Amino acid sequence: MTDIRYLAPRTLEEAVGAFAAAAGAARILAGGTDLLVQMRAGSARPGMIIDIKQISEMTSIEETADGGFRIGAAVSGAVMAEHPRFGQVWPGVLEAVNLIGSTQVQGRASAGGNLCNGSPAGDSVPAMIAAGAVVTIQGPNGRRQIPVEAVPAGPGRTTLTPGEILVSFTLPPRPKGSGDAYLRMIPRTEMDIAVVGVGVSLTLENGTVTAARVGLGAVAPTVLLVAGAANALIGSKLDDAAVEAAAAACRAACRPIDDKRGTIVYRIKVAGVLLKRATAIAADRAGKV
Amino acid sequence: MNVINNKWIGSRTIRPDGADKVTGRASYSSDTNMPGMIWGKVLRSPHAHARIVSVDTSKAEALPGVKAVVTSKDLVEFPLDTAVMLGIQDMRWMSRNVMAREKALFHGHPIAAIAATTEAIAAEACRLIVVEYEILPHVIELEEAIKPDAPILHDFIQFDGKPSNIAGKLEHKLGDVDAGFAGADVIIERSFKTRPVHQGYLEPHSCLVSVSSDGKAVIWSSSQGQFMVRAMTGLLTGLPQSDIRAIPAEIGGGFGGKTIVYLEPVALILAKKSGRPVKMVMTREEVFRASGPTSGSMSTVKIGATKDGKIVAGQGIYYLQAGALPGSPIRGAAGCAFAPYDIPNVQTVGFDVVSNRSKVAAYRAPGAPIGAYAVECVLDEIAEALKMDPLELRLKNAAKQGTKAAHGPVYPVIGFVDTIEAALAHPHYKAPLGKHQGRGVASGFWFNAGGESSAQVNVTEDGNVVVTTGHPDVGGSRAAIANVTAELLGIDHKKVSVLIGDTATIGYSNLTGGSRVLFASAMVVTQSADKVITTLKERAAKIWKIDPEAVTWEDGEARPAGANAGQFPPMTLAQIAAKASETGGPIGAGVQLNTQGAEGGFATHICDVEVDLDLGIVRVLRYTSFQDVGRAVHPAYVEGQMQGGAAQGIGWALSEEYLYDKNGKMDNASFLDYRMPVCSDLPMLDTVMIEVPNPKHPQGVRGVGEVPLVPPLAAISNAVYHALGKRFYSLPMSPPRVLEVLDGV
Amino acid sequence: MAKLHVSTTINGEPMEFLCEPHESMLDLLRGVLGLTGSKEGCGSGDCGACSITLDDRLVCSCLMLAAEAEGKSIATIEGMAQGERLHPLQQKFLEMAALQCGICTPGVLIAAKSLLERNPDPTESEVRYWLAGNLCRCTGYDKIVRAVLETAAEMRESA
Repeated sequence: MTDIRYLAPRTLEEAVGAFAAAAGAARILAGGTDLLVQMRAGSARPGMIIDIKQISEMTSIEETADGGFRIGAAVSGAVMAEHPRFGQVWPGVLEAVNLIGSTQVQGRASAGGNLCNGSPAGDSVPAMIAAGAVVTIQGPNGRRQIPVEAVPAGPGRTTLTPGEILVSFTLPPRPKGSGDAYLRMIPRTEMDIAVVGVGVSLTLENGTVTAARVGLGAVAPTVLLVAGAANALIGSKLDDAAVEAAAAACRAACRPIDDKRGTIVYRIKVAGVLLKRATAIAADRAGKV
Repeated sequence: MNVINNKWIGSRTIRPDGADKVTGRASYSSDTNMPGMIWGKVLRSPHAHARIVSVDTSKAEALPGVKAVVTSKDLVEFPLDTAVMLGIQDMRWMSRNVMAREKALFHGHPIAAIAATTEAIAAEACRLIVVEYEILPHVIELEEAIKPDAPILHDFIQFDGKPSNIAGKLEHKLGDVDAGFAGADVIIERSFKTRPVHQGYLEPHSCLVSVSSDGKAVIWSSSQGQFMVRAMTGLLTGLPQSDIRAIPAEIGGGFGGKTIVYLEPVALILAKKSGRPVKMVMTREEVFRASGPTSGSMSTVKIGATKDGKIVAGQGIYYLQAGALPGSPIRGAAGCAFAPYDIPNVQTVGFDVVSNRSKVAAYRAPGAPIGAYAVECVLDEIAEALKMDPLELRLKNAAKQGTKAAHGPVYPVIGFVDTIEAALAHPHYKAPLGKHQGRGVASGFWFNAGGESSAQVNVTEDGNVVVTTGHPDVGGSRAAIANVTAELLGIDHKKVSVLIGDTATIGYSNLTGGSRVLFASAMVVTQSADKVITTLKERAAKIWKIDPEAVTWEDGEARPAGANAGQFPPMTLAQIAAKASETGGPIGAGVQLNTQGAEGGFATHICDVEVDLDLGIVRVLRYTSFQDVGRAVHPAYVEGQMQGGAAQGIGWALSEEYLYDKNGKMDNASFLDYRMPVCSDLPMLDTVMIEVPNPKHPQGVRGVGEVPLVPPLAAISNAVYHALGKRFYSLPMSPPRVLEVLDGV
Repeated sequence: MAKLHVSTTINGEPMEFLCEPHESMLDLLRGVLGLTGSKEGCGSGDCGACSITLDDRLVCSCLMLAAEAEGKSIATIEGMAQGERLHPLQQKFLEMAALQCGICTPGVLIAAKSLLERNPDPTESEVRYWLAGNLCRCTGYDKIVRAVLETAAEMRESA
């Protein structure tokens, strides 16, 4: 309690250096909407807090040369929502990020924090997985890039190695006829943790699905990429049988628990329901008539 | 009642405490600090049920910065065999709730407390206290607690001659229910369950206590009654009431949950031992784990009616969770259940059941929503069986003037029928419904209370008025009192300042509870104002050198009573006040009274819902409350009570509940997972105020604060039935449970 | 570790303070600066009673470190009125009885002000979702939502 330090480095190198040197005693502070709650509850007692919001690469949104986006890991949901083009290209990712907490939380919380917090129920993660986002990670041994779905390792855990910091998300350019959507089930209309979350990204050509990815949250120890659901959709014209098959694949992928937020039976059923609904929205956005 | 042309009563004036509350200046209990102040923290039981073998505080006391330690030994001991009552609270239980004595009875039960120079040191010191527990089997759920082989919480509690968790029984009887059912054409009997729900006030419990070297204590705290704080703290610490000054801070919500003490006696002893002012503030988690909630329940209700829709018999058996110590609101459940109806044969029974949960506290019409939920749901089925409109069924059986209620009274003039007729005539009741939508109705009753109240009305030298009363203002009562005072004295309400006195500055006033505040305080303010007017007339008479009988008081002025009295220009209150010292001294009057004549409140609610059949989500689309409000002295705050009660009812019906893990620990002790309705969950909450003045009150006031929470549980439940065609007998109707019923799982 | 020195702006005034590295902005405001208008209802970002703006962005002050205020501009309820002149939202809340106990009111007002600065013509639904992080247990939100909509309408007229 007494020996805690606060650092706000201006460069990534400085941040990585301090983070690695702290050897596990440090926590990265992005929006702080999870970290401060954990500190208050006593479940996190960091010796050092490294605030990464002074590092411009972590707090900026760039459009890449090929038409994709690079989102700094500490960019808040509110800043993402205000970007003039991001939400047009990736409406599902944006709505997922914007579902994290209240307006107040949106002013701070980031997709990077949401991912690194390691919650199976993080709202942005299924949408990012569906979007095929790749994360850039920097650590003592340099930079690497891995798909988003390779980051979560279990509740509260990630595959980042000691000293590594999540820097940014890279979202690929969008072919014509693409659309994405994220839906979650919560008991209230706001302010809840997802009981189930489903992200769907589709590309359609002449009504036929040529590419699809499905991310599924809150039904397993980590957020899942459900290849079976995507495969059921690819090549189809989103007829009832294909969508039902994708829903069945989502249900089959579920390994949920009974807890205060939902039951096993409920979560499995809802995973299929949300897959269907999110697919319909994504298809609509992709321009399916 | 001849107040036809009211100027202030019934007007939507700006509340006297408003400016401070919209600018952040208003001082709530945790907003106050003192020089030299230190912080108190409570060590709480990590077990749901355990014998306390020993408590060793030596390591904690040795921690630098620790200034005092309190255990149950420092509180007055109330032997288990002797009840010591303060109002409805028994100090045997209250003292054991404030600090565990023989046993830890629930997870979160206070075991000891520390005061230290910082909150962090106090928390650290709590971790250094070594408590040896002998862990005992625990019981959480009501149905488990009443089983013959259940773990027994209290050996001294017996029921039917055996140790039991059933701590009390209450029965109301009217007529002969067996004979009544024998004459019924339709009988429906159903069983229901509700879960414990928390009052959910946004301000956690907190207090600041200073004890000076002569032993006199000052308590700043957030409560629904500074006199309750003084009395309970006095009893639990052994201090005479005259040595305790309890100052009511602005209160950030109570809903009944702040009608007892948790921290004040502990902070007082810590302050006394340390010689320093001690501040204690609960975390939200502590609030959930160790304060409130209201009872969960199991009930069975049976109603019989004849073919023409006349209810001939009603029976209700209610089991209510008390938490770890006796005292659930069985009186409210059993007393209010059938109270809206004129039924010749009624029997209601309530059982008070202890289990290893935090001790319940009052919550807005305590027990009554539980009572009404079961009755009003069964009535919906009776109406369906008889092919009658559910409001027509209620109208046909509605209590009215002269009806004898099962819980005792014969009603005077009441407006229940008016609420049903207004609901029947309202556009809401006829509005079309869409797919998967349904409409439900329900009614409800709450006793309302009077009781002790004190007021002082003083005229200032510059001709303004200061009114002091003794009930903390939870929902705008100061605004209503300003209206009453302005009306009586005939002056602009802006000239009236209304304050809440502390225990040293105003006479004894009972809790803000029972929907009593405006009823009681308007009565004593009226009598005080009458005395002030008498004085004002005497002073004018003195100035005019005429007989006081020859002076009248109209529109805020003294006037000669007629031509015979003499020709004098009227004198305003300000003019008389300016001459007060020459005419006899300060002008003011106070009245202290045990007020009588509070009459019951009735309401009827209409609710529309829509159900998402695939996800099991129920959303409230439209809600209208019809209530006999007596006299709406400040209509905006009456509406506010109606709306707030409806919103709490919606939470109770759909999303709020206490969840426990297998170790008997509350699993959702946060606003994240204890799901109170948020702004986007609710529609506008429409209100129809029906004014049937209470004949026993000078302004016609009836309590309005509590009955709004009585009908919603059943109104929503009935609406869900009409949307789905399936009945729900358990709350909350959360999405997983809705799907369970829909899918038949 | 010594305390951190922070230079910031609070309600338009330059301000310097010392804070613990782990101290929340809310604790700093209430405990050190005596700005007790921001309330703590939960300490976990679930109730909104501690709402402030940080560089014009609505945040929960319980979810922000005081140290993060360095070089930023903070606005609290204490700065909402201009001297004796209440902000139109404050005035409307009084006129329309949009508060009962008042403990959520500072946070609701700060949040509503932030909404109207971004969206001067919100729908009822937009108001409700914007304020979803501000719990109120007394009012059922009805009068709050009405007061925000009414203020927005009046501010548009007078703009």
